[in-house]
Amino acid sequence: MTDTKPILRLDGIVKTFPGVRALDGVSFAVMPGEVHALMGENGAGKSTLMKVLGGIHQPDGGAIYMGDEQVVMSGPLEAKAKGIVFIHQELSLAEELTVAENIYLGELPRKSFGRVDWKTLAEKTNAILKKLRVGFDALTRVGDLSIANQQMVEIARALTVDAKAVIFDEPTASLTDAEKVVLFDVISDLKADGVGIIYISHRMEEIFKITDRISVLRDGQYQGTVATPETDEERVTQMMIGRKLDLTRNASHHELGDVALEVRGLSCGKLYTDISFEVRRGEVVGFYGLVGAGRTEIAETLFGLRDPSAGQILLDGEEVRLNSPVDAIARGISLVPEDRKGQGLVLGMNCRDNMTLPQVDDLTAGPFVAEGAEVAIFDQYRDQLDIRTPGWRARVGNLSGGNQQKIVIGKWLSMHPSLLIVDEPTRGIDVGSKSEIHKLLRGLAAKGYAVMVISSEMPEVLHVSDRIVAMYSGRIMRTFTSDEVTEDSLIQAISGLGGDGKAA
Amino acid sequence: MQPGALSKALKNGAIWGFIVLELIFFSVAGEFMSLSDTAFMDWENMLLLLKQSAPIGIIAMGMTIVMVNGNIDLSVGATFAIAAIILLDSMTWPFMAAMGDWAIPFAWLFALIVGTLLGALNGLLVWKTGVDAFIVTLGSMLGYRGIVFMFNGENPTSHLNWTLVDFAEAEFLGIATASWFLLAATGAMWFLMTKTVHGRNAYAIGDNREAAVNAGIRVGPHMMINFAIIGFLAALSAVVFYSESGSVNPNDGQLYELWVITAVVLGGTKITGGAGSVIGTFGGVIAIQLLRKGLGHIGADTSTVNLVIGLILIAVLFLDRQLNVKGKEALKV
Repeated sequence: MTDTKPILRLDGIVKTFPGVRALDGVSFAVMPGEVHALMGENGAGKSTLMKVLGGIHQPDGGAIYMGDEQVVMSGPLEAKAKGIVFIHQELSLAEELTVAENIYLGELPRKSFGRVDWKTLAEKTNAILKKLRVGFDALTRVGDLSIANQQMVEIARALTVDAKAVIFDEPTASLTDAEKVVLFDVISDLKADGVGIIYISHRMEEIFKITDRISVLRDGQYQGTVATPETDEERVTQMMIGRKLDLTRNASHHELGDVALEVRGLSCGKLYTDISFEVRRGEVVGFYGLVGAGRTEIAETLFGLRDPSAGQILLDGEEVRLNSPVDAIARGISLVPEDRKGQGLVLGMNCRDNMTLPQVDDLTAGPFVAEGAEVAIFDQYRDQLDIRTPGWRARVGNLSGGNQQKIVIGKWLSMHPSLLIVDEPTRGIDVGSKSEIHKLLRGLAAKGYAVMVISSEMPEVLHVSDRIVAMYSGRIMRTFTSDEVTEDSLIQAISGLGGDGKAA
Repeated sequence: MQPGALSKALKNGAIWGFIVLELIFFSVAGEFMSLSDTAFMDWENMLLLLKQSAPIGIIAMGMTIVMVNGNIDLSVGATFAIAAIILLDSMTWPFMAAMGDWAIPFAWLFALIVGTLLGALNGLLVWKTGVDAFIVTLGSMLGYRGIVFMFNGENPTSHLNWTLVDFAEAEFLGIATASWFLLAATGAMWFLMTKTVHGRNAYAIGDNREAAVNAGIRVGPHMMINFAIIGFLAALSAVVFYSESGSVNPNDGQLYELWVITAVVLGGTKITGGAGSVIGTFGGVIAIQLLRKGLGHIGADTSTVNLVIGLILIAVLFLDRQLNVKGKEALKV
């Protein structure tokens, strides 16, 4: 394999967005018949790199070669025409259309007068679906399929053209085990045909099972390529995060107070089932799991955004019904949402107004907003949380991610909550600010707040939590204390293996 | 039968059920309340209804593909008026007048070309500026209407050509010219939307625009074509209607956009795009016309008609929402 030429080679790709160097001289090559893993933390630049390859972004520097020839990807169609096929992580499907139309979207077979050649379309599609051994046919409406089957439709797109390189972006995120087997068969078929495969995944066990080589990105920089058989999980992890994984547990424990929140047997349709846990004052409970494990949905239920279908929520020992965020806020629950910019902040407003948004109704002097009181609140939390801004008049949109997050946290602290729920607190925030936010969360617990932290980053969960709840597909697999948790047991629990019994 | 097939069939057939309901209601109510002796479901009456549906109906066919695309066009009423003026005025131009009746096809052609270009201009603006179609066509609705008034002030533009009137009033197989054009427009758009690649791409773009972009569909030009189609159909509607009447007021076609959108929405097209059908729209057009005519038949005045149609539209959208909620666990708004 080593003497053949790479089918696809990236050389020194640079891509900058305003304020961020998303890719900084990334080079790597995919051989024909090779499964090449691309790994890196969230935000390391994997998706950007793939978008450059797919012609959705143009690189600011560097070159893409296919075989010996330098190519410029002007758009998705051109990438496809050159034999590069993308299997997107987020389902990129039109739900109202049929399976066949989705698979051949953008290149439906034609007859005269631009008519769709339905017969050819159905035949070709059914041939592909047969290979994938799925239980639906070409004419099924995509919206009627399960998420896993929709993912299979996405995967079927890889088989439509004579692909030279196929890029799988987290293809197994929503697949069941049986479907994974089929997917891996498809991959090995492609491999046997000499197709180069780029496989993006966070799941180590898959990476070590099916890939030949691993390339690692960190903060937009290429960290190197290793042959899979010659490495192990620990070394790959080390490359991904740049140091030995900081798996330091949270050491300090605070005096724990009463139980602030108790949840008993909470279920919400198919989103999550039979969830029971408690959070005490002075305690940080981390919720760890893969995307779609139901963590955010639990937070939304506690904040009154979803109605649970079963179970009880008890605040300070008293059963409550939370019908809306207004109820939740009145009961002292605050939610710092996952999507800071979309759900947490009004980017065009200034710092002060953002911070006092939930209580501006109460801050009045006669019919007018009491500016003085607002500024006072802002000053107090700016000092307490160490928010660095030129002044309260600065627009929140111009602040750094870390400071934006502090504004959101300050906003809720100013409501004097008893329970603070933080969803992905450090997503898209640079390393320095991350540890500040972590310290802040610990500090809040020390002051007697009950804190729930939802995170997909293991170091973060290990770092801030007193206890860790591991979730897998809507169920709590196991609850760890910070003393007993190990990296392995945590990974196993969130992959649906082991834990305490009832795996899905 | 697959699960969910029944509710789906109900939803798709709803507009026809509604039409049947209307027919029954107006036939029965007409017996007691109508001032005229003729029954409501008279064959002649129904043919007249089809003819009267034509102006709105022809435009609604274009609106269907624009709305399935996830866009909207508010300027159709103004385009309709401009095309009408071009049709009637062009026949008085010296070189056209010299041609006698041979001027007619040219007048038609001019009007249709102008309509298509005005539509394409909307599409070009939506494509190149990235501004929402609602805003772009709101602007062009005002702008195009301004052009109508610039042309002849408050005065009507008239030109009566009897050959043209004869053609427009002719009946073929008992069906009026205007009705034939409505049926032809419906057939053509049905073919476009169900059988051609362009039509299927329209659904894909409205359903999941990012997926369409990822699949390499050129969304901008695609939308521009659809705006050109609706411009063409607005002009066609004007050409058919004013061939018969011979006189256009500068206010003609006002509120057409709203009637057209109402018909399309009643016919089951999703406001957000991605779903809808030409056949459903045809049903929507007929349902509205039935309602207008039926309420007139039992002696209600225009304001009542508008009130009732408004209420029905809201009721339909409410029902649609109820049928589409994904159960109790959905995220509250």
